[in-house]
Amino acid sequence: MSRVRVLAGTRKGAFILESDGKRENWTVSGPLFAGWELYHLKGSPADPNRIYASQTSGWFGQIIQRSDDGGKTWHQPGTPPGETKGPGGMPRGESNKFVYDTSAETGKPLTTHQFYDGKQHPWEFKRVWHLEPSLSDPDTVYAGVEDAAIFRSTDGGKNWKEMPGLRGHGTGPMWQPGAGGMCLHTVILDPSDAQRIYIAISAAGAFRTDDGGKSWKPINKGLYSQYIPNPTAEVGHCVHHIAMNPKRPGVLFMQKHWDVMRSDDAGDNWKEISGNLPTDFGFAIDVHAHEPETIYVVPIKSDGEHFVPDGKLRVFRSRAGGNEWEALTKGLPQKDCYVNVLRDAMAVDSLDKCGIYFGTSGGQVYCSADAGDSWAPIVRDLPAVLSVEVQTLQ
Amino acid sequence: MLPPHLRTLAHVGSEVTLDVSGAVTQRSVLDALEDRYPMLRGAIRDHVTLERRAFLRFFACEQDLSHESREALLPEAVASGKEPFMVIGAIAGG
Repeated sequence: MSRVRVLAGTRKGAFILESDGKRENWTVSGPLFAGWELYHLKGSPADPNRIYASQTSGWFGQIIQRSDDGGKTWHQPGTPPGETKGPGGMPRGESNKFVYDTSAETGKPLTTHQFYDGKQHPWEFKRVWHLEPSLSDPDTVYAGVEDAAIFRSTDGGKNWKEMPGLRGHGTGPMWQPGAGGMCLHTVILDPSDAQRIYIAISAAGAFRTDDGGKSWKPINKGLYSQYIPNPTAEVGHCVHHIAMNPKRPGVLFMQKHWDVMRSDDAGDNWKEISGNLPTDFGFAIDVHAHEPETIYVVPIKSDGEHFVPDGKLRVFRSRAGGNEWEALTKGLPQKDCYVNVLRDAMAVDSLDKCGIYFGTSGGQVYCSADAGDSWAPIVRDLPAVLSVEVQTLQ
Repeated sequence: MLPPHLRTLAHVGSEVTLDVSGAVTQRSVLDALEDRYPMLRGAIRDHVTLERRAFLRFFACEQDLSHESREALLPEAVASGKEPFMVIGAIAGG
């Protein structure tokens, strides 16, 4: 029988929530890496027992953790004796080494971006926001980092190398940090084309490569952001998240700072689909696993008030690919609720009926086992949830 | 002496004993620490610049040595093993 494993990253550790395919009774394990911020955990589609985790701290920096047994045990790749050797035969311990590429061979990618004061500021690595394992190789994984760049490891996370074409393509001096920092938070791999990758940056916008990461181009045509000097600029948009149904990879859905958008041509053009949403500000967005025109968002009141409007926690679903939205409220608090749902804190499983999951800043992780018609909390009192991913297991 | 989160990473108790060859300085002590516990690389000082992470401090013999040169000799009591060289997490945040 199928089962699901939910990976929840929080402000103070990670938790693993498991259930059978009914998704009614759950076991909760954790906290893993207690006291650390777990920005993201994600399992390899090629080997579900392989899970990568981004463990960060303002004190101690970035740590990459890896499990090869479905989350039971963890290690920093390259550090166990017998793995990657450094001088003197000791493990090299470079799995947390994210150094921007400044080599002449790759054209010395740009070195500065726009800062809060409007001046140029050098790139400084802070943390990994998102880990995206390869669709086919458990040892290959991509990391979206702050300050914005994309790194890749091809040895299971032991060593990381920047894909410098993104920062080097020319618009970098116009990128600037959003309120949460200048983060590359979304990495989407196209299952129909191994050379195509989408990424998104706050606040620069969305970008796409069609040649495996050698070259990138901004894909922000149709976005309108009134908070930047040129609202239709090629870059500078605060894209919060992008989602794609892997069965229809040319169609993308975006939650921008304000506005919910869709593209039917791999990001070349976008149109607004906010429709009747109570507010089109938000962070999370996802697509039903089997119905590519069914999408989910959690509207947030505003960029000044990062909580759900009217004290009601509501997921909004469109079965028409946008514009026409219905509030999903059954099982969710409808009074005195003031939580946020962050960009990587929503996920879908691939069971039938499709399961929808999201985590809140109040520490709840909710599950709907019927595509959003009804909801129940898996856990209620975790630390603030930063990310939620789900693995559908056989 | 390490703060709790680094002990967890390195799978050690609060205090580790290191053999340091040559001059006993911040740099040589941390080199020896990272050689034995490579999972700590990058967690105390930057991989490339070797700059101390901003929210960490180095104490020894009731002195704050955080702003001393990384090449400066540590107190003799540290070099001889009588007193610990302490890596401390700054009290900040929540």
